[in-house]
Amino acid sequence: MKAFSIILSVAVFLFSCAGNKQKELKDLPENSIFHLTSNWKNQDNESLQLNDLRGKTLVVVMIYTSCQSACPILVSKMKQIERQIDPKYMENVNLVLVTIDPENDTPEKLKQFAKLNQMNDPQWTFLTSNEDDTQELANVLAMKYKKIDPIDFSHSNIITIFSPEGEMVIQEEGLEINVKKVAETVNKTVKVFN
Amino acid sequence: MKTQAFYIAFSLFAVLFTSCEQQNAVKKQRHDVQNSDLQKTISTTKMAYISGGEYMPFYGAIDSNEVYVAPFLMDERQVTNAEFLKFVTDNPQWRKSNVSRIHADTNYLKDWVSDLELPKNAKSDAPVTNISWFAAKAYAKSVGKRMPTLDEWEFVAMADTDTVNARDKKTYSSSIISLYMQKDRQYNSVKQSKPNAWNVYNMFDLVWEWTDDFNSILTVGDSRTGTNEDKNLFCAAGGSSATDVNNYAAYMRFAMRTSVKARYCISNLGFRCAKDTIIE
Repeated sequence: MKAFSIILSVAVFLFSCAGNKQKELKDLPENSIFHLTSNWKNQDNESLQLNDLRGKTLVVVMIYTSCQSACPILVSKMKQIERQIDPKYMENVNLVLVTIDPENDTPEKLKQFAKLNQMNDPQWTFLTSNEDDTQELANVLAMKYKKIDPIDFSHSNIITIFSPEGEMVIQEEGLEINVKKVAETVNKTVKVFN
Repeated sequence: MKTQAFYIAFSLFAVLFTSCEQQNAVKKQRHDVQNSDLQKTISTTKMAYISGGEYMPFYGAIDSNEVYVAPFLMDERQVTNAEFLKFVTDNPQWRKSNVSRIHADTNYLKDWVSDLELPKNAKSDAPVTNISWFAAKAYAKSVGKRMPTLDEWEFVAMADTDTVNARDKKTYSSSIISLYMQKDRQYNSVKQSKPNAWNVYNMFDLVWEWTDDFNSILTVGDSRTGTNEDKNLFCAAGGSSATDVNNYAAYMRFAMRTSVKARYCISNLGFRCAKDTIIE
């Protein structure tokens, strides 16, 4: 009987679907953002799809770099969140800033912005795309924005956490974002998935 | 005893393994379908030429300035059940059983009998509903068109049957509201009522419609002032942001737009397409 239970547990462990750690798209949860096939460029001018960000807990915010008002607050919130993430988890976290102004925010501009704001470490990712793909992502995040003149946008302020499988964990909205809550959720998510 | 244990373990093993493989194969197939490229569909829907002009947005105008709407073309009616059926026939990724959950909630085409069968008793020339913004966007792209912007749609909506801007008429808003109040109006065929002054049909009498930038109404707090919040749309304080307080029908449309998310599929929400005029 003992042999039976050992073999049984080994069999279940080896072949259950849950134990399957294959990193293929087909295994993604239905509501994962990694199903989106939009094309992006990062601050190093490398082309990527959202699925390339798979495997790390994501903290995502949409901004534009020439913004003088709300975005600097959002950017500083992101940096505060970064400081409250457990350093030993950092290699499993990706802090992602996506521009809503793809016309002006080229990869070079994003790189400059990253330098200026001391966001050069590998956990920082800046993304730019085209208008359609940006609009699609904004709609997936239920983020509202409107171009109000050639250089300015009005927009809602939302920070979203995604699990390493691309499932939305929480969204925090408004400029009074609870940094502690976001950072703790990031820590928890990393712990659960790694 | 031991042989028996081995036997049981082995069968269990085999069952789990095959079911896993099958499950993965199904998932993979589904994923491949979801990522297939959009196929062109032909649309023969007549488009009305809208010559454009200045208009005062109902809500959210910057400094209450008029907005210029450039000339464009708009479908004379909504996309119908039959047309959408053709679209999903050509584009399996948009069929009910294949659509990705981030692009449409579980109400997507919910009354359809199957992937390629319209709801029982549905008229093929009634507007398609229970479609998400993402689906509407994909449809428009597949027929070489786009969705109208909110300003374009509202610009056309100013017309009644004989004038292009009927906003100042006393009956304008109340007649629209009486249309909005009719039950089950979404099941009726398109083009059974009179067109408006632009020769566009069914702006109010069948369904609500998606617009391309429905998500541009900032009711969740303007980034800079933080004063433009949700409550402003509905309470008296916000009344001052609206440029035409008597236009209650427009209030209803704006409330509708701010309450939906792009993946929502609703039984009285459809869409029509638009297109830029060709500039030679």
